[in-house]
Amino acid sequence: MSDMSELEQQLVDWLADMNEDEALALAKKMLLEDKVNPLRVLELCRASMDIVGKRFEEGEYFLPELVLAGEMLETIGAIAKPLIKQGPGEAAKRLGKVLIGTVHGDLHDIGKNIVSFMLDINDFEVKDIGIDVPVAKFIEEINAYQPDVVGLSGFLTLAFDSMKETIDAFESAGMRDKFKIMIGGGQIDETVRAYTGADAFGVNAVEAVNLCRNWMGVAA
Amino acid sequence: MSTMIGPYEQSDAAKAAYDARFERIMACARLERPDRMPVGLQSFFWPANHGGITYKEMMYDYEKAKKVCFDVVAEFEPDGVYPLLMGTGQGLALEKLDFKQLQWPGHGVGEMQPYQYLDREYMTPDEYDDFLFDPTGFYIHKYLPRVAGAFEGFDKLPIFPGLHYFRLVNGIRSFALPEVRASFEKIVAAAEEVNVFLGHHVEWVQRINAAGFPLFNGSNAVAPYDFIADYFRGATGMMKDLYRHKDKLKLVLDKSAVFLTKMAIANAKAAQHPIVFIPIHWAPDAFMSPKQFEEFWWPSFRKMMMGLIEADLIPMPLWEADCTKRLEIIKDIPAGKCIYWFERTDMVRAFEVLGDVVALRGNISPSLLTTGKPEEVDAAVKHLVDNIWNKGGNLMLDGAFGIPDETPTANVRAMFDAARKYAG
Ligand code: B12
Repeated sequence: MSDMSELEQQLVDWLADMNEDEALALAKKMLLEDKVNPLRVLELCRASMDIVGKRFEEGEYFLPELVLAGEMLETIGAIAKPLIKQGPGEAAKRLGKVLIGTVHGDLHDIGKNIVSFMLDINDFEVKDIGIDVPVAKFIEEINAYQPDVVGLSGFLTLAFDSMKETIDAFESAGMRDKFKIMIGGGQIDETVRAYTGADAFGVNAVEAVNLCRNWMGVAA
Repeated sequence: MSTMIGPYEQSDAAKAAYDARFERIMACARLERPDRMPVGLQSFFWPANHGGITYKEMMYDYEKAKKVCFDVVAEFEPDGVYPLLMGTGQGLALEKLDFKQLQWPGHGVGEMQPYQYLDREYMTPDEYDDFLFDPTGFYIHKYLPRVAGAFEGFDKLPIFPGLHYFRLVNGIRSFALPEVRASFEKIVAAAEEVNVFLGHHVEWVQRINAAGFPLFNGSNAVAPYDFIADYFRGATGMMKDLYRHKDKLKLVLDKSAVFLTKMAIANAKAAQHPIVFIPIHWAPDAFMSPKQFEEFWWPSFRKMMMGLIEADLIPMPLWEADCTKRLEIIKDIPAGKCIYWFERTDMVRAFEVLGDVVALRGNISPSLLTTGKPEEVDAAVKHLVDNIWNKGGNLMLDGAFGIPDETPTANVRAMFDAARKYAG
């Protein structure tokens, strides 16, 4: 990222180091008192999330840090976004579109949320359509969103069948070859991938990002 | 000759079989070698699938539930059986209690779907102080009315500590309120249902015992961290608390360890069975750093396990997901006192690290059991036998978390047959 002032660097560090109170106070001050361009503040947030993502990949950070980071980002975003005058022009940076959801019968969402978060901070545009998603809703959302990759998440053994059913329905709807399909969640492995007919599975969010990068032709 | 167990007659042969099975498990737990590798049977709705009843019937129809749960035991002849009805038989009681933390077949989810726990924030972060000051008061006024409709009138009950003398007399006034009375009536009705249910549970246990099959565990318990994460703060609330409320969280965990241990001991004594099953939710490698695990997760749980061991009980945690990186830490308990059941942790690695400290249970993969072929299940059992049992490991075979609901019978057959084929 372009040169940072000392204060800007401080915000990035506090966010990346999970100093929530300090980071939020500083971000508020920058936005509301110092009238720093909100796009600049969001850029700083993104820089800090790059660090968070890296620390997660390297095994220094775990779920608590990702959850907290996501929330800090949301809080700052909520203050910054109304202050933005022109469109952020962010879309250009996006590597590809990913639609993700937890398949029907399954309510587990933490893993899916982490995957969404990691994809987002790695420059993918993500549409998360929630949990317990019926087959018809997947199809409807895919038609509207036209993703490059569809991610199915599931933690229960019953999700194996839900995933298979969902992917079979993509086939019947004639859309199976329009996007890549990745699956993941606690029990998902190669056996389940073969059973469901997905293109790939990932055991964690880092693998999810790598799968998408490969499919989009981006060097890892 | 025979003895009666409740209404059921136990033949001498069945008694001998019972004793041999129970002793196999106990020998493993003591790190002694039994005559053959024991096999456990645990499941939730698989007996319904196997016996051709709906999940809803499994939760509501005591007679049908007892039958399908007895049939799987008789058919597969495990060495130890999970108290199967306990995991699935409570539909009527849940309904009478108007229990809000679950949706179950016929009540929020379809008749062939397993019940589901609703992950919510059942205690807000600013309520830590209330909980810490007086957990019972917090339960009565806040928690119980939130988690079950039958308790809704309890928020009108007096604050008990402080009641004294004439203040005590006048203080009971709210017991006469219509909403409080209504609560008590609902609770009594639910409690009667629980009694009926427990009667069926006991009768089923007597029936399997009489047929020669012991329970693997008599009761369940919960780890302090998981208790607070799952049932109070919610999954993500708890994660944030590691940063936002770390000191209060630790105090709550310490306090919880005390009453959870007391409760676990009381339940195990009532069930007259030494083994206490403790499903472990939030320990896995992927969830928190080793440092956080040692700081937040492990101390209160270790304290609890030590309490159980001192009460002559055998803790049997099921370490869910992959806990390979935790092995060195969770090794720190007295040898020959616990059974560690692993879900996705590499069992061979677990054996290397923990083999001389705990007995092991598990861990045929759920994806294999549900979607694999019988010969693949056979090979997976052989792998465990070759690498653990045959190397002196005290392994008790089971699915990674028992038999998944969707498992085809042929794969269960393959698992049990392979155990006999390769390990006595
Ligand atoms: C936390 C948890 C819960 C929480 C869920 C909270 C929530 N908001 O999601 C609560 C308590 C609510 C819960 C409820 C239940 N659970 Co639960 N739960 C778990 C637990 C402990 C962890 C799952 C989790 O969130 N992990 C956190 C994530 C982040 O970790 P992770 O897996 O490493 O995540 C990575 C990968 O999965 C991957 N990933 C995830 N999604 C995707 C998607 C794609 C496309 C890709 C590429 C990768 C990917 O990336 C993630 C990030 O790195 C597991 C145990 C286990 N073995 O996993 C049981 C487990 C999944 N639950 C289980 C059960 C049985 C249940 C209940 C039925 C319990 C009950 N009786 O109520 C209900 C079912 C609810 C429902 N219908 O879904 C069983 C499933 C068994 C089975 N038969 O299928 C398990 C395996 C526990 C067990 N050993 O018995 N559960």
